[in-house]
Amino acid sequence: MNNLSLLMDGFATILTWNHLMIMVIGVMLGMLVGVLPGLGAPNGVSLLLPLTFTMDPVSAIILLSCMYWGALFGGSTTSILFNIPGEPSSVATTFDGYPMARNGEATRALTLAFMSAGLGALAGVVMITLLANWVAQFGLKFSSPEYFAVYFLAFCSFIGMSSSAPSKTLVSMMLGLAFATVGMDSVSGGLRLTFGIPDLVKGISFLVAVMGLFGIAELMVTTEEGLSFNGIKSRIRIMDILRTVAELPRYWVSLVRSILIGIWMGITPAGPTAASFMSHGIAKRFSKHPERFGKGEPNGIVSPEAADHSAGTSALLPMLALGVPGSATAAVMMGGLMIWGLTPGPMLFITRPDFVWGLIASMYLGNVVAVILVLATVPLYASILRVPFAIIGPVIVAVIFTGVYQVANSTFDFWLLLFFALLGYLFKKLDYPVAPLVLTMVLGHRAEEAFRQSMVMSDGSLTIFWSNSLVTTIMGLGALMLVWPLISKVTGLRGWRQRLHRQKPENHKSSTPDSRA
Amino acid sequence: MYKLTSITTAQLKPLTLFFAALTVSGSALAWQPDRPVEFVVTSGAGGGTDTFARTVQSIIGKHQLMDKSIIVSNKGGGSGAEGYVYSASSKDDPYKLTFGTNNEYLLPEVGEMPYAAEDLQPVASMAMDEFLIWVNGDAKYDSAKDFIDAAKQNPGKMQFAGSQSKDTDQTLVSMIEEATDTDFRYVPFNGGSQALVQLAGGHVDANVNNPNENLGQWQAGMVKPLCVFSPEQLPKGEPVYEGKGWGDIPTCQSQGIDISEYRMPRTVWLPAGAPEEAVTYYQDLLKKVSETPEWKDYVTRTVQTSQFLSGDDLEQYIDDNASTVKKVFEQEGWSAS
Repeated sequence: MNNLSLLMDGFATILTWNHLMIMVIGVMLGMLVGVLPGLGAPNGVSLLLPLTFTMDPVSAIILLSCMYWGALFGGSTTSILFNIPGEPSSVATTFDGYPMARNGEATRALTLAFMSAGLGALAGVVMITLLANWVAQFGLKFSSPEYFAVYFLAFCSFIGMSSSAPSKTLVSMMLGLAFATVGMDSVSGGLRLTFGIPDLVKGISFLVAVMGLFGIAELMVTTEEGLSFNGIKSRIRIMDILRTVAELPRYWVSLVRSILIGIWMGITPAGPTAASFMSHGIAKRFSKHPERFGKGEPNGIVSPEAADHSAGTSALLPMLALGVPGSATAAVMMGGLMIWGLTPGPMLFITRPDFVWGLIASMYLGNVVAVILVLATVPLYASILRVPFAIIGPVIVAVIFTGVYQVANSTFDFWLLLFFALLGYLFKKLDYPVAPLVLTMVLGHRAEEAFRQSMVMSDGSLTIFWSNSLVTTIMGLGALMLVWPLISKVTGLRGWRQRLHRQKPENHKSSTPDSRA
Repeated sequence: MYKLTSITTAQLKPLTLFFAALTVSGSALAWQPDRPVEFVVTSGAGGGTDTFARTVQSIIGKHQLMDKSIIVSNKGGGSGAEGYVYSASSKDDPYKLTFGTNNEYLLPEVGEMPYAAEDLQPVASMAMDEFLIWVNGDAKYDSAKDFIDAAKQNPGKMQFAGSQSKDTDQTLVSMIEEATDTDFRYVPFNGGSQALVQLAGGHVDANVNNPNENLGQWQAGMVKPLCVFSPEQLPKGEPVYEGKGWGDIPTCQSQGIDISEYRMPRTVWLPAGAPEEAVTYYQDLLKKVSETPEWKDYVTRTVQTSQFLSGDDLEQYIDDNASTVKKVFEQEGWSAS
């Protein structure tokens, strides 16, 4: 295969000590950036950009892309250990990762996350190698109605998974949509819900909201419960890491499904955030034990992580094949390409094959390097949880406030942080789910934009959402997801009747978790 | 208590003397930055304004034109309003060099912005970015004339994709409608790259992207330019696709669209009230930047026109540009006041 021989050339380009060292440095810097909340991959990459001005393009892109991988891994670390997602796409990892860490299995949670993330990323690169041209053409088929359909699908696959009452989920989603509308409306150009406050013109940063809703609110609850993380006294052994790696094949169904979701969402490109939420929701929907989700279920960690990373990797494909950035970080890298004197676009494959295939080869190698490095740090990170809460708690608060300030250098964001912390605390006390709010807050803006663009295109007719086979299929899948709880209830009811005929007494027990899910 | 106050007054005296000396020497000598300068970029990372600011940063670094380091911060929220509001709120501050386009004075015209155009003072305009009409590579139109004729036969049906709403792109589309008596449907997207994908995928009929935004896709034949909104044809250069280069694109005026010139300046601003010496310092600095081979390279590669404006020339340009665009705003009923 032509692509394979080109890939081998790519490996030949990057397999030098110099490039390997750049990879290690990139991954380590990325992990640092990912662990500090508020800094994030796009900011980290743009901070590093000036350093690359004097480098040759291949080394420069290796440094930046390896930093990206490192940051993605680092973002999962804080999600699992402190319930603070470093990136929007690692929010879904907190759902099961944090409970598992609190149950004293931090090592297992981190290892599961890193391994499935690494596998997801590798699957993404393999897809890029084999299908680059075809997939790029597929991405072009997506216009506003198709985008809206994808977001619709993401919302629908999430609605049924909440363990709270559907009405509470709905309230939470609506609040998230309201927060997403703050700032400038890109379709009409007007300002919305800014109340004359200049700091609200840019909208509410998702990171600020998440650090309040998850991080600070969690600390408040922990403080209330008596100043301690539960189950942190467990010992950390290297064997635990190996044992967890060995148990990974057990989750192959979740892995494969999430990787497929991730690749699909990455190239469309709805992005890693939608992918991770969706695959967590679907994993729960199709699980035999949905009641275990949210309490440290391994499948609940494997699914969002694999989807997140396969989507994150696939998102680089539109950048390479079409010259269109698939994510914020890819946008920064494309800016870099222009400064290094390259023109991003479809011709890059032909004009600079050494660059393109060097980058792709570095994605293979960089991810392997990243997985090895992060696994090596698992004991270090896991041992953080053994520090008494009275010490680590205030440190986390300080880190969160620093992170919030880094988002936009604005002190107004502190007040927003406190507001969201109180909201998160209130939600916990009243048993409202936070996740739907976060989901709609991240994707709501883009979903609204796509919807309104579609309306401009169709002159206000809703028929545009079933005007071709692609958009109809996605909308249909979404609708199916929405009514799935009803369907399973009906079919479940049938089973219940059959069992009633047999007059088995335990059907009450088995039906309880279902109704809660 | 007494002891404490005595110490502070004692310490304060030399300090005041020191500051007095500073101000004296400050006015005698030319202004120099004595701490890092912040480049406020009014677009997200990777956008056209971002590349502009980072190119300036890399040139300053390479030729060591400034002693102090540079911090780039992207504030692209609200079509760039975030960055302008941020700088405007630091009145008198000569350390917030702000990079943008003509949206500095156009944004407050169309929306209730928490800053006024006068809250920032212009330092320089370094280049002019061109606008073109682009259609899909497989489109049946070979000239802008064909395209306009098709639009006349399908009033209100053909779609222009553009970046943002009531911004430069939509303004230009309105001007085209006015000049050719046509009616297009304008679909706003979040940035030029999205407008490009929609065109390359055949979901819209045209866009008015800048050369740089579509260059890579023109090379691959996914999109093609019909005409350029400049008074003369662009300078001859390397052929881009099928033997055609930038210099071969006809002007829109020659194709019957009576708009002789529509360009977007790449501008640099300081908060109002920043000392005049600082403005002069940055003007000299940017002038030096614009004379380097790296700058020429950037301008050629992105197919912009290098044109350094400052002082009265710049004021004059901004007045003219603002009044042209404001006329469109009033016609379309977009004006906020």
